Amino acid sequence: MEDNLLNVDQLSVFFRTRTEPVRAVNGVSFSVAPGETVALVGESGCGKSVTALALTRLVAKPGYVAGGNIRFAGRDVLAMDPAQLRQMRGAEIAYIFQEPATSLNPVFRVGWQIAEALKLHRAGIAVRAEVISLLNRVGLPDPERRLNAYPHELSGGMQQRVMIAMALACRPRMLVADEPTTALDVTIQAQILDLLVRLQEELGMAILLITHNLGLVAGVARRVNVMYAGRIVERGPVEQILGQSAHPYTRGLMAAVPRLSGGKTRMIGIPGAVPNPARLPTGCPFHPRCPKAQALCRQEDPIETIITEDHRVRCHFWK
Amino acid sequence: MSLLEINNLHVRFSAGHGHEVRAVNGVSLAVEQGESVGLVGESGCGKSTLGNAVLRLVPVQAGTVRFEDQDVLTLAHRDLFHYRRRSQMIFQDPYGSLNPRIAIGAAIEECLAVHRLGNRAERKRRVRDLLQTVGLDPDYAARYPHEFSGGQRQRVGIARALALDPVFVVADEPVSALDVSVQAQILNLMKDLQQARGLAYLFIAHDLAVVRYMCDRVLVMYAGAIVEAAGVDALFACPSHPYTQALLSAVPDVEKGLRARAAGVRREIVQGEVPTASSLVAGCPFHPRCPYAMDLCRAQLPDERAVGPGHTSRCHFAGKLPPT
Repeated sequence: MEDNLLNVDQLSVFFRTRTEPVRAVNGVSFSVAPGETVALVGESGCGKSVTALALTRLVAKPGYVAGGNIRFAGRDVLAMDPAQLRQMRGAEIAYIFQEPATSLNPVFRVGWQIAEALKLHRAGIAVRAEVISLLNRVGLPDPERRLNAYPHELSGGMQQRVMIAMALACRPRMLVADEPTTALDVTIQAQILDLLVRLQEELGMAILLITHNLGLVAGVARRVNVMYAGRIVERGPVEQILGQSAHPYTRGLMAAVPRLSGGKTRMIGIPGAVPNPARLPTGCPFHPRCPKAQALCRQEDPIETIITEDHRVRCHFWK
Repeated sequence: MSLLEINNLHVRFSAGHGHEVRAVNGVSLAVEQGESVGLVGESGCGKSTLGNAVLRLVPVQAGTVRFEDQDVLTLAHRDLFHYRRRSQMIFQDPYGSLNPRIAIGAAIEECLAVHRLGNRAERKRRVRDLLQTVGLDPDYAARYPHEFSGGQRQRVGIARALALDPVFVVADEPVSALDVSVQAQILNLMKDLQQARGLAYLFIAHDLAVVRYMCDRVLVMYAGAIVEAAGVDALFACPSHPYTQALLSAVPDVEKGLRARAAGVRREIVQGEVPTASSLVAGCPFHPRCPYAMDLCRAQLPDERAVGPGHTSRCHFAGKLPPT
């Protein structure tokens, strides 16, 4: 297990409310090996972004880690003191988010914002030269001039390149990419994705890709974790999850995604809507939408079943 | 005669300091009765402006729009009022297009009241029927938008668009704000309604796979102009404009991804940025990003040329490019 860069075990993140806590992440386990790309897939409100933030203890109040374990590079993240956390954030685990425009500070030049991370974590280097080399690396045209630009002077794709440059500034061992291309146009999406894959090969970093887009997952991830209502309902190698999915939710998602190669045969959506995490159904959280649901599913939350060594599913009736 | 005929339409916005944004730059298209026409393109290509212009929601500088053989752009007063009953819109963001302080039943009823259809009791009954038609419980009429999920809200948006029994609906990215599992429900609902009521759609979207599922014909827009038009199967089987080819290759797709992974190949990616409407270049607007661009492309705007039955492309080299 310690070969893994990241090991998350039974992680729960709750949000305090006046009444019952909201169980946003509910006993989630997954791992990321060094240099590997792992996807966390799910729809809005399934807990994928909260899981990502919890990895560096960035979940803000009233959220709190209610249980479980996070080990990164052999260290216990939940036991770290503030100084250790600061050292890890940005330097070892870096993030890029969906909306580059809201992640960049509008009143500082982008070069300055990239330099900030360098000054914090890599004292003593030639900052300006390094910023230019980073911007070159992420394919921002004309970096000497662009480092003086303010975020609003750049297009969405260029802003995301700046975010990636910031994330890479400290050569992290893992990049958490939370819907990194969702806000971008398709042709720009493809460029950014291609850039991430190339940088990963060059730098040997791991990527935790958080997305709702199964097409994206098929192209870049090696292993996939499918989340629903705060739980990982199925996990395994990408070929098995997308090719031989066992959980009715994964299957439903696959059937609901329109395909480029698809014709006019009627798509089958999943009935109902994603549940509100504050009002989760009893038993298996997917049972109200599940075509296979039986009495047992309403009463008992299924535990994870091992299909093959690395393909696991949480369903009473996956067979 | 087509239901809707647009000829050489131009929409320009002032950008201040004497600058001008050419959002729609000489677009011609036709939509037949009961037909579903897809309009695809990336942000800023002018697809939403075109949809708005057809419904007279933005002023048009030049060109003609004919609907049921009437000149839409010169309609006034009662005729324009009547046009608004025949043509409606479904918006992208069901959160933004419903007033949070008005119960959804009242929001739908308002359309009927404005057009003086029926008395109060009849309108109430009609609202209940409409809610049922779009798959919502009629008793939800008294509820407010925040009580609904995104998918349900989009159903309300559809009910409101259908309230006046239109024959033509502009649907501007109707499912792109929705979760994947809900998207299919809404698309199927729109298909069923189209069949039951003989609706024609101008379906504006950036998701090519959704367009493939929904539409009979597809128009690809780039920098304010339609660069390729074809039947849906022809467009996906043999895209002839380099931009269409680039779009298709850029879409992340499950089968394509798995196949590429198995074969260990990396896809071709179009470089460069999506142009802003104010930064148009001379010649073909796509030439700065086009892998096949020649001197001719930098100098001269290509005309529309036929590359197959009902299939046109605005590329100097259409039909002569290597197949994808």
